[in-house]
Amino acid sequence: MIFNFPYIAVVALILIGLYAVVFKRNLIKIVIGITFIECGVNLFLITLAYREGSTAPIYTASPGGIMSLPVPHALTLTSIVIGVAVLALMLSLIIHIYKIYGTLDVRNIGREKE
Amino acid sequence: MNIVEWLLFHSPALIVAIPLLGAFLTPLVSKINEKLRNAFAIFIVLITTILVFMLSYNLFALEGTKLAPNVLSDGIQTYIFGGGPATIIGSESSFAVRILFEIDGLNAFMALIVSILALAGVIYSWSYVKEHTGQDKYYTLYLLMIAGMFGMILTGDMFNFFVFIEITSISACALIAFYTNSGKAVDAGFKYIVISAIGALFILFAIGILYSQYNALNMAVLANSIQYNMLDKIALVLLISGLAMKAGIVPMHMWLPDAYGRAPSSVTLILVGATQASLYGIFRMTFSVYGKTISNISPAVVDSVTNINSIGWLLVLLAILTMLIGVLMALKQNDLKRLIAFAALAEIGYMLLGLGVRLASKVVNEGQIGFNEYSNTALTGSIFHILNDALDIGLLFLVAGAVYLVTKETNLNKLGGLARNMKYTTVFFLIGLLAVAGMPPMNGFSSKLIIYESTYQLNPIIGIIAILCSILLLAVFVKVFQSVFLGPKIPSLKDAKEAPRSMLLAMGIIACIIIFIGLFPNIILENIIQPATDAITNYSAYIGGVIP
Repeated sequence: MIFNFPYIAVVALILIGLYAVVFKRNLIKIVIGITFIECGVNLFLITLAYREGSTAPIYTASPGGIMSLPVPHALTLTSIVIGVAVLALMLSLIIHIYKIYGTLDVRNIGREKE
Repeated sequence: MNIVEWLLFHSPALIVAIPLLGAFLTPLVSKINEKLRNAFAIFIVLITTILVFMLSYNLFALEGTKLAPNVLSDGIQTYIFGGGPATIIGSESSFAVRILFEIDGLNAFMALIVSILALAGVIYSWSYVKEHTGQDKYYTLYLLMIAGMFGMILTGDMFNFFVFIEITSISACALIAFYTNSGKAVDAGFKYIVISAIGALFILFAIGILYSQYNALNMAVLANSIQYNMLDKIALVLLISGLAMKAGIVPMHMWLPDAYGRAPSSVTLILVGATQASLYGIFRMTFSVYGKTISNISPAVVDSVTNINSIGWLLVLLAILTMLIGVLMALKQNDLKRLIAFAALAEIGYMLLGLGVRLASKVVNEGQIGFNEYSNTALTGSIFHILNDALDIGLLFLVAGAVYLVTKETNLNKLGGLARNMKYTTVFFLIGLLAVAGMPPMNGFSSKLIIYESTYQLNPIIGIIAILCSILLLAVFVKVFQSVFLGPKIPSLKDAKEAPRSMLLAMGIIACIIIFIGLFPNIILENIIQPATDAITNYSAYIGGVIP
């Protein structure tokens, strides 16, 4: 049971993130929601790699014994880098939206009739 | 190995690498001269297009006329990055544990579509964005997006697929928000990035689930060992919903009209390509990665048939909703580009319909599992329609862009009588209109007829709805044609000139292809569409491309 906690945390993070994206009306909160989903997915990948009592997969400094799997680590690093790019892009768009409309409420921006 | 063979051997890598390199060279070239930069971008896309055509020709040509038959094995070209197939693991089956690109008929077919759109788009851009600032960034992002789309299409690795999705969506989002002084455009870009970020994260989650079970990221290796247990079903749902978000299928469609309608027309053109690439992802995931359950007709998987049928019916339902919502919303629009965007949404429904019919028509008959006869036809029509839709909708958007450039107006109520001043553009719009509505001399007719025919056999009502949507599309576009191009001269538009030459050239390329396919659909069907359909239904050949 104790080993399932990370997976429960993963699902909880993703659901909280989805809730924020779907129900929150502030653009910054929507971005925070997406970051939550991303953290959940990254945590999932990291949890997959972990084995009880394993060491980091670095051969030269290894004390022996089992190592955790390095492939998900590589995936997570890539995913974090992409996530930063997406986050930066979203925030820069929010700056533009705020300059134009003076608000971050989704109900007041981007309407077809202006 | 002569030069042609060498080029063909490395072409999968070069097709992605050349636009990627070109993208980052563009800012440097633009330091020298602006015209040189535009020519450089066209040159880069032209080289890529030539490579794609060579690759596809080699793949689709008959035995004996191939340029380099020895780069293929069983009609599939596998390109392994980082040297030859040296790294081999496993006792029963051995394969290269590397990133690899695997190209079968469907990949080559999609690459053809994207290369045509990219070439037309980059030629069109020369005049279309001439008066705007930030063109260096525009061309950089444009080439980056093209590289991302080619990567999505050619890759044979799940994680690679995710990375290329993100490259495409980041550059697409920045391009949609190209008019940063307009709040509507920035809002459309924001919507797009939110939807595609969530979609891509769903896909990554699904990739994690599959990796945790099968210890592989390669699509073919996954396809070989997939079990279709509970976790696999969750992963399938996540994959389809993530890709459906990016393809703009109802109920995740709300970004599509905004993004298509508010982006520059040249961007919309390749955005159509990006949407099709996501649809290709759905095809690849369902029929190849999950092929052992979904395409298999051995009695071992008899339990899963009802399961697959229900997925199929769900997709058919979504497809019908997509068509109806797209057409009905298009009827009430007043803005030219937004109207075409809703028509594009309706067209996406047709492609999904063919896929859904294929899945829904798997049957158990006296202990034998098989697909109904019409299911193959449905899949053929659906794949054929990907090509036709990209060309038709692309042409309409280019015409809308030309109208906007000349008149600075997209409101249908304020446009009129343009046929007097813009002869060629009017003809191109007429071609696009007839093609989108599926009228006989154009290409849309042949693929839509195949789809109607097969869906009618699954359930007559679905077929009737599909035909009805097509008729409504014709009604919509006749209205548009009348109000934009016909009618009396409007005083404010009496100085309107014909669109610039580069834009006419781009529209001309697409219009010629449309008419060619419309007049000779059997040539395309037999030589390109049929091999692509065979490739997608034959999942064991796809596995065989990696695991000998």
